[in-house]
Amino acid sequence: MGMTLTEKILAKHSGKDRVSPGDNVWVDVDILMTHDVCGPPAIGIFQKQFGENAKVWDKEKLVIIPDHYIFTADKYANRNVDILRAFAAEQDLPYFYDVGTDSYKGVCHVALAEEGFTRPGDVLFGTDSHTCTAGAFGQFATGIGNTDAAFIMGTGKLWVKVPETMRFVFEGTSMPPYLMAKDLILKIIGDIGVDGATYRTMEFAGPGIKALTMEDRMTLTNMAIEAGGKNGVVEPDAITEAYVKARTNHPYELVYSDPDAKYHSERYYNLEEIVPMIAKPHSPDNKATAEELEGTYLNRAYIGSCTGGKLSDFRAAAEIIQSNKVKIDTFIVPATTEIARGLETETIFGIPLIEIFKEAGCQIGNASCAACLGGPSDTFGRLNSDEICISSTNRNYPGRMGSKQAQVYLASPYTVAASAITGVITDPRVFIQETVI
Amino acid sequence: MSTTLKPIKGKAFVLGKNIDTDQIIPAAHLVYSLDDPEERKFYGKYALSGVPSAESGLPQGNIPLTKEGKTESEFRIIVASDNFGCGSSREHAPACLEIAGVEAIITPTYARIFYRNCVDGGFLIPFESYEDLSKEVHTGDELEIDQENFVLKNHTQGKEYKIKPLGSVADIVRAGGIFEYARQNGMVAKI
Repeated sequence: MGMTLTEKILAKHSGKDRVSPGDNVWVDVDILMTHDVCGPPAIGIFQKQFGENAKVWDKEKLVIIPDHYIFTADKYANRNVDILRAFAAEQDLPYFYDVGTDSYKGVCHVALAEEGFTRPGDVLFGTDSHTCTAGAFGQFATGIGNTDAAFIMGTGKLWVKVPETMRFVFEGTSMPPYLMAKDLILKIIGDIGVDGATYRTMEFAGPGIKALTMEDRMTLTNMAIEAGGKNGVVEPDAITEAYVKARTNHPYELVYSDPDAKYHSERYYNLEEIVPMIAKPHSPDNKATAEELEGTYLNRAYIGSCTGGKLSDFRAAAEIIQSNKVKIDTFIVPATTEIARGLETETIFGIPLIEIFKEAGCQIGNASCAACLGGPSDTFGRLNSDEICISSTNRNYPGRMGSKQAQVYLASPYTVAASAITGVITDPRVFIQETVI
Repeated sequence: MSTTLKPIKGKAFVLGKNIDTDQIIPAAHLVYSLDDPEERKFYGKYALSGVPSAESGLPQGNIPLTKEGKTESEFRIIVASDNFGCGSSREHAPACLEIAGVEAIITPTYARIFYRNCVDGGFLIPFESYEDLSKEVHTGDELEIDQENFVLKNHTQGKEYKIKPLGSVADIVRAGGIFEYARQNGMVAKI
């Protein structure tokens, strides 16, 4: 019997011919990523366990990307970035993207891709649950805690339980003009629940997935964790290779699932039958269609984060926002500095995206995680009381974006943009049909 | 290695389902040092402070895990419904519960990263129940977990429930975490 993509990568990295779901294996790690929230405690554990003067197992394989609490006066948060800086200097790390320098990037999951660390066939661990984003490149990537990260820093290895794979097949050859990857993943999570894929791999396949850009595929795999998944994967293809080759000369290995691989389950979707989706407060699986919630009162809109703050997300939002004014407070936060530069150079009818947003009355923030996870009280766009927000981010549990009195609706950048203009939840098809005509 | 494990005894703190890591420790508090003996006490103070008040300490609600002005809780065992610890990978979540004085959790199912962090970091023991006990146990009930026979005793209500053996992670739990386990097995040098 064949193996899935995930099983093949774990077998190869544990020196075995084959592995089966449920096996516990020790894998060799290709990349470990950490950031300003979990890096300092992981470093603390590393130094305690391996000695004050210990060196990391391979400095070429440790990537440190401060991104969570950057533009804040919080003294503890700033101290944590200092800890990363001191460690990077002491260990002479080549891949530290320091705050306040030209190398500063912003949100780690998008930065990992931009900097060429999301390589097909590799094993990547990160101290962040959305590390699963990198599975879009046919890589095994998952989130871990500080202790596991410290263990990898010292040994280059970690134990993994081989997950079963759930396969989600999308029929249809192109995305309807009103749909985004966020709609697909919100539909799936709504169908299977926030623990519907616990301990499992979510493999996204079918002609509908092959039609997606890398940024859209990243939106899908990013939210595998919101269904409890260990990782999300998309098989690599020419689109994957074109992205990776433009970012790195490092070798990689294209790994595919065997035709006779055994899956936990398979679900089929047709792109033509999916409509703009929303996750209502306070859970990513609390699904509704935008149409069903049409007219729901809002007083905040937010477009940003690893899952919803990529250049294609802003282009989509700008298509709808152009020539309009926003009716509610609307925050725009590019995931990375590269995307922030893209807002200046990418245009619609000759107008840069950033001008479209400014002209419409949006507020533009600096590249970082910002209010996606609340953060310190002075965080840009944070929900500090009982705001009702529609957001292109990935999580809406109580208090996620700040106050636990606030309410968060998750939606695609199209739907967030359409709703920002009207001040109520709005199905983007209204605007997109107008644009097409 | 075959020493008898002592029972875990103490008051229950009961929660519902899908208690995510933002509810366990809100992101604004993730800035404190886990190494500094004074600063880490903040984690005990704010543990479970993100849970909506009405759902904190069921069935009555409006009971904080840690009393106002304190850094340690009177509660020792969390009993919750499904998918405990979903959301982010922050190890501050099991750590804050341990710092507050919680020694064990009992729920039918966990989110995987939280479960793994509990085990590998040796913070507290994540037991799995066969049924959802969050509707049976009341916050404040005196509980006892028999770790040898995997039985939960509710002394207040005079009831007993079987809970699941720890399975493949038992060796790491017994060792006290992944580093201790790896040292016992010669994978990491002793320092």
